[in-house]
Amino acid sequence: MESGKLIVSSSPHQFTAISTPIIMSDVLFALMPACFAGVWFFGLRALGMIAACVGSAVVTEALLQKLCGKPITVSDYSAAVTGLLLALVVPPDLPIWVGVFGSVFSISIAKFTFGGLGHNIFNPALIGRAFLLASWPVFMTKWRWPIQEAPWMPGFDAVTTATPLVLMKHFNVKVPYNMLFFGKVAGTIGETSAIAILLGAAYLMYRGHIGIRIPFSFIGTVVVITALFGQDPLFHVLTGGLLLGAFFMATDYVTSPVTPKGKVAYGIGCGVLVALIRLYGGYPEGVCYAILIMNAATALIERYTLPRKFGEVKKLA
Amino acid sequence: MALGTFKGGGHPCYNKDATLGKPIESISLPEKVVIPLHQHTGAPCKPVVNVGDEVKIGQKIGDSDATLTAPIHASISGKVKAITEHPQSTGMDGMSVIIESDSFGTLDESIRPRDNVDRLNPEELIGIIKEAGIVGLGGAAFPTYFKLSPPKGKSFDCLLLNGAECEPYLSADHRLMVERPNDVVDGAKLLMKATGVKRVIIGIENNKPDAISALNKVAKDEEGIEIAGLDVKYPQGAEKQLIWAILRREVPSGGLPVDVGVVVNNVGTAVAVKEAVIHGSPLVRRVITVTGSCIREPKNLMVPIGTLVSDIIEICGGTQAPLKKLVVGGPMMGIAQHTTEIPVTKGTSGILLLSGEEVVLKDVLPCIRCGKCIEACPMNLMPLWLADYEEASRFDDCERLGALDCIECGCCSFICPSHRRLVEGIRLAKAEIVARRNAG
Repeated sequence: MESGKLIVSSSPHQFTAISTPIIMSDVLFALMPACFAGVWFFGLRALGMIAACVGSAVVTEALLQKLCGKPITVSDYSAAVTGLLLALVVPPDLPIWVGVFGSVFSISIAKFTFGGLGHNIFNPALIGRAFLLASWPVFMTKWRWPIQEAPWMPGFDAVTTATPLVLMKHFNVKVPYNMLFFGKVAGTIGETSAIAILLGAAYLMYRGHIGIRIPFSFIGTVVVITALFGQDPLFHVLTGGLLLGAFFMATDYVTSPVTPKGKVAYGIGCGVLVALIRLYGGYPEGVCYAILIMNAATALIERYTLPRKFGEVKKLA
Repeated sequence: MALGTFKGGGHPCYNKDATLGKPIESISLPEKVVIPLHQHTGAPCKPVVNVGDEVKIGQKIGDSDATLTAPIHASISGKVKAITEHPQSTGMDGMSVIIESDSFGTLDESIRPRDNVDRLNPEELIGIIKEAGIVGLGGAAFPTYFKLSPPKGKSFDCLLLNGAECEPYLSADHRLMVERPNDVVDGAKLLMKATGVKRVIIGIENNKPDAISALNKVAKDEEGIEIAGLDVKYPQGAEKQLIWAILRREVPSGGLPVDVGVVVNNVGTAVAVKEAVIHGSPLVRRVITVTGSCIREPKNLMVPIGTLVSDIIEICGGTQAPLKKLVVGGPMMGIAQHTTEIPVTKGTSGILLLSGEEVVLKDVLPCIRCGKCIEACPMNLMPLWLADYEEASRFDDCERLGALDCIECGCCSFICPSHRRLVEGIRLAKAEIVARRNAG
């Protein structure tokens, strides 16, 4: 018959339909509620920031790959995910060009120089944010009210305010839970609305892309430590970047441990660092640095949390 | 009752519907069979017939003095046309006896029903099973007699019959259990007698309720025979996973089922044992599933060992699309072939004819460390690192991470969103580690 025309390959001969581009596009889809909340609360400017960051991330990756003569892989959506995550963790009034700088830095320095997708040690979006915070600290800490909300704190005008964490840490004012839950507070474009983030996280869990180990151990640790120190744990969960960080940043495949036990250890480490920074640090918020520090520990954690092989305990005599 | 299951694994598309309801058909004797002299784990056989000899069905045509081997028998009657190298489903050529049919289908005189079955002792039973050339019919083709005699200092307390049939597409064992439950149970009883165990558990994936009820009906009056429903998950039929799912015993790394007091046989093997002991018939035919998008009439067939795949394709109405990939076995562990001129052997459980999109190999993308392969690995290994180390020729690291524990089920490659050839890499690493051990 058609001898010589048959495809010969090693088994298996059947594969799942879930590919890397599908996972990445699922992440983009899961971030849509947070994007929507950001645009709803902070206006079309937020949409402009999202478009600029995503666009510049994709263009940067394509350009660098072309310059280096590598295959152009922007269609795997990973650069778009990085750009989108960066847009969601910057203040809404950040000048667009600053956001673009961050996006270019994320892709070129934090991702490409390490070897591209799968090889970076640190979460590129968070490196981008850390870079912007170090380079343009004033822009990066300038907050404003959601457009639906009249300023209600004395001492702040219509466009400037502080995040709920700052308000609590330095002014001893606690923003009510319902505002935090829906996101009608000052903050970065994508971090304010707990419900929007949770919706997206639920979708990723339903699709099997993220597990409960990292986010639950992360958030659980923050709850336990803040409660132990006499603070309101629910307030800490709902404020700042904790939910966005725990579900979308700490769970980044590339920069978090692959071993099941390692994921728990990593989540706990993130939680401890966030709690320490929030309780004792100079910054009101610590999610970004907590995750970046734990990124550095990922390889070490994996080394000590190798799963027990099936059949390993009972060694043959 | 809670279903037996195991850690890891996956859910490939089972695609069994095409042949699920199709009764096993016996095919008319092929004009020619190609019977390889090495179809089993262990030493190859030497031919005991010469070119030009007349042979009958069941006549021994190959044998060996080695400790681990299985004799080979003629599956049709006719004339030995050649004893030569011929392509085999292993992908390599192997010495084979080619028999041209005389179209009479004459049985060898030695094939006679036994009337003294009740008086046979275990040694005699095991001797019959050995002489009948019976090997594991699930695919591994390990000589059955060898498994049935525990090594010194070890013993069995339980016999498992593997009716999981977790490989997608295949339905041969399923049909056998539905159509011939009596033979399965009779075979089980003979295996009990041969091994001296008092307890047999037949493990069946829960997607085969008809097989479970058929066997329950036959087994309910039998002492010591139980049926265990199993979770529908690949690789439920892998030996170590099956033992864990049913008995919660963990076969030690590098060990065998006997280390936990268990011997596992395929349900098809049990039927072959019955045929050998009661009817005196050696293993000269087996049930296979012929299926896949490419074949016009998917079927479950009883075929003589040595029947060529090209003949079987014709029996099944030919192809309805250009054949792109031919797999002997199931899609998860089967071997892709370069020609259709290969014979069915004792270990062939199915023939899969694929065409179209499903066979296109996707480009390998970078590992994104999603860890899905780790979750899927039923042996709890780290497929992503094993494949990395293999690529870097760091075989000591492969060994340290347990490459030799890999059962090559293919779950890691199946699940990888970056289409990495994980199990392929691990296989290469295993071969290299074993070669280095043997070398020094």
